[in-house]
Amino acid sequence: MQKLLLLGAEAIAQGAIDGGMSGIYAYPGTPSTEITEYVQKNKQAKELKIHSDWSANEKTAMEAALGMSFAGKRAMVCMKHVGLNVAADAFVNAAITGVNGGLIVTVADDPSMHSSQNEQDSRFYAKFAMIPVLEPCNQQEAYEMAFKGFELSEKYRVPVLMRITTRLSHSRSGVVRSEMKTQNLLRLPSDRRQFVLLPSIAKVRYKGLLNSQLGYEQESENSEFNQYFEGENKKIGFIACGIAYNYLLENFPENDIKNPVLKIGQYPIPRKQIEKLLAECEQVIVLEDGYPVVEEMLKGYLANPKIKGRLDGTIPRDGELNPNIVAIALGMENAKDESIAPIVQNRPPAMCPGCGHIDVYKAMNEVLAEFEKGRVFSDIGCYTLGALEPFNAIDSCVDMGASITMAKGAADAGLHPAVAMIGDSTFTHSGMTGLLDAVIENSCITVIISDNSTTGMTGGQNSHAFGRLKEICLGLGVAPEHIREIVPLKKNHELIKQMIREEINYQGVSVIIPSRECIQTAKKKK
Amino acid sequence: MTNNIILAGVGGQGILSIAATIGMAAVKGNLFIKQSEVHGMSQRGGAVQSHLRISDKPIASDLIPMGKADIILSVEPMESLRYVPFLSENGWIVTNTSPFINIENYPELEKVLETIKTRKNHIAIDADKIAKNLGSARSSNIVMLGAASPFLDVPFGDLEEGIRQIFENKGEETVNKNLEALRLGRKFSQENK
Ligand SMILES: Cc1ncc(C[n+]2csc(CCOP(=O)(O)OP(=O)(O)O)c2C)c(N)n1
Repeated sequence: MQKLLLLGAEAIAQGAIDGGMSGIYAYPGTPSTEITEYVQKNKQAKELKIHSDWSANEKTAMEAALGMSFAGKRAMVCMKHVGLNVAADAFVNAAITGVNGGLIVTVADDPSMHSSQNEQDSRFYAKFAMIPVLEPCNQQEAYEMAFKGFELSEKYRVPVLMRITTRLSHSRSGVVRSEMKTQNLLRLPSDRRQFVLLPSIAKVRYKGLLNSQLGYEQESENSEFNQYFEGENKKIGFIACGIAYNYLLENFPENDIKNPVLKIGQYPIPRKQIEKLLAECEQVIVLEDGYPVVEEMLKGYLANPKIKGRLDGTIPRDGELNPNIVAIALGMENAKDESIAPIVQNRPPAMCPGCGHIDVYKAMNEVLAEFEKGRVFSDIGCYTLGALEPFNAIDSCVDMGASITMAKGAADAGLHPAVAMIGDSTFTHSGMTGLLDAVIENSCITVIISDNSTTGMTGGQNSHAFGRLKEICLGLGVAPEHIREIVPLKKNHELIKQMIREEINYQGVSVIIPSRECIQTAKKKK
Repeated sequence: MTNNIILAGVGGQGILSIAATIGMAAVKGNLFIKQSEVHGMSQRGGAVQSHLRISDKPIASDLIPMGKADIILSVEPMESLRYVPFLSENGWIVTNTSPFINIENYPELEKVLETIKTRKNHIAIDADKIAKNLGSARSSNIVMLGAASPFLDVPFGDLEEGIRQIFENKGEETVNKNLEALRLGRKFSQENK
C-alpha cells in the first residue's frame, strides 16, 4: 500500500479508523487536538458516519466513549495530559466497569511544557487504574497500536491507555496502512450488571481487575511492541520506552549497538525481559520521556544502585528527552556546544494584534488601577497571555475553570474586587458549575467571559458556548440586570470601563460578556 | 545521504508550507522523512522551528541532534541565529534579510546581518523584496525554499512538482508565480554561494 505522510497524532486517527472505530470523543488540547481533527476531515470517516464532534470537556468525552463501548462498538477518547485530571473519575471507574466494545484512551503528554501547565506523566494514571498502556516510538507504531489496541481492549474487556508525547504527536513521517476492519454491530453487554458500580458489584469487578493483572503482564511479555535485543557488552544495558528508543538509536547511526536493549512499547512492563536484563547487565540505564515511571519501579525504595536514569542525575530530572541528553547519559562525547549570539532576543507568543481580549484588558486595567494589584483570577486560553508585558493584567492561571471558583474563594475571604477572566470555551468546559456555586451564595464577584466565539488557543475549534452564554448565565440564576453584553472595540472603550466599574460595585454575582469573533477564525473564513 | 534541515521563523510566517513542499518531493523520491513541527501556543507570534530530516536510510530521531544540521533555513534574520547550536561545522545558514518585528527589543537589523555574515557559510537574501517585485508578496517563503534548494539532495524538478501540487487549487497564476519565486531564490544562491 502507498505510504501516507502523517503526524503521529494523525497516524493514531488513521489507525483507529482502520481498526473499526465507531466514534471518537474529545475536547481540544495541545498536543492531542489533531487526532480528532483528522477524523473530522477524513472522507472515509464521514462516509462511515464515525462520530467525531467535540465534547464539552474531557470527562463528558470519556463517559460518552464509555457509553459507545457499552453499546458494543469501538470508541476512542483523546485528550491532553491535564485533561485526564478532568476525566479521572470516569477513567479510573471505567477500569472497574471494564468495556464491552474496545475502548482506547489516548492521552498526549507534554514534557518540557511546550503548551501546558505541567509535565505530568499519564503512565502513572494507567498504573493507578491498573490498565494496560501502549506507547509508540514512531508514527508507524502509533498507527498499529491504535489499529490493534481495540482488540487488546476487547480481549481483556478493559480500557487501554495509549500514551504519546508532543514530539511524536507533532512529527510527520511515512505510514503504511493495513486493511480496514468493519465496525462492530450494536451489542449490549452480556452481563447487565457489568456497568452498575454498586459496592457489591464493584467489589467483584475490582477482584476481576486484580486477577487480570497477570494476564496483562503476559500479554506484554509476548507483545510485538516490546523487543529484546541481545548484546555482548553487558556492562550497561538499556531500557528505552516509547520515543526514547529513537534517541538511543540516533546515537548509533551505523546500527552498531553492542549492549543489550529492551525496547518497551506496552505496559505493564514485561517482567521476563526485565529480569533477564537486570540479571545479565552490571548497570541498566532507563530512558523514558516524562517522569521516571519505570525507573522508579525498578529502583525501588531501597534504591538499587544498578538502575540509572533521572533519579540519580544520569539524565536531567525534568524536561523533554532528546538525542543529546541521551548521548551524555551514554558517556559519548557530545557535539560542539556553541552558544546563541547574545543579540538574539526572546520572542514569546502574544495575543494577535486586533484581538478582542486586548480591548477587554485595556479597559479592565484602567478601572482596576484604582485598586491594589492582585485581584484578577484568570483561566486557560489565549487571554492567559495577558499575564505578559505590556498587560500584566492577571494574577492566576491554574486549571480550566479555576478563575471563577478562585475569585469566589478570595471574595469569601474578603477580597474586593474579585474579578474572574475566562474564555467562552473554558466557561462551558468547567466554568458553569463554579458560577452556580457563586450564584447560590450570591458571592461578590465580577465574572468576565471574554467571548471570541471559538476555542482559540488550540487553533479555533467550535465552542459549545457559541450563542448560548447569556442563556446559560440566566439559567444558572445570575440576575438578568447583571448580565451585561458588549462588543470589545476601541470605540466602546469607555463603555466597557463603565460596565466593569458598575459591576465591581455591585454586591453580588455579575457577568460581563464582551463578544467579538477571534480574528484568526474570521480570517480563515474569508 | 541525509539532509538535516532546521526551518525557522515566527508563528504565521509559513514555514510549514516550505516543509510540506520538501516533504512531498521526498516522498516522491521514495526517501525516508521525519518532520517535527510546532503547534499550539508558540504559533501565536512566537518563535517557531521545524526539524526536517530526509534520508535514503531509515531515520531514528524526530529531533536533529545539536551540531548535526546541514542547513538552517530561516524566513526571518534574527530567527536564523537562534538555532546556530544545531548547525554542523560546514552547515549553511540560508536566511531572509527582511525582519519580522513584533517585539519591542528587536535588535538593530545591521547588527543581526553582521552576525550572520560572521558565519563561514551563509546566504542572506531579501526574499520579501524579490517576492514583491514578482507581484506576489506572499511567495517570500517559496523564494527562501528556492534559495535553500542547491543544498538539498532532492531533484529540483520534484520541488517544482511539490509547488504545483500545493498551490494547485489556487489557480494557474499562483502556481506560476510560486514556481518563478522558487527559481529566483535558487538563482540567487547559485550566484552567491
Ligand atoms: C483540562 C484542559 N483541557 C484542555 C486544555 C487545552 N486548552 C488550553 S487553552 C484552551 C482553549 C480555551 O478556549 P477559550 O476559553 O474559549 O479561550 P480562547 O483561547 O479562545 O481565548 C484549551 C482547550 C487545558 N489546558 N486543560
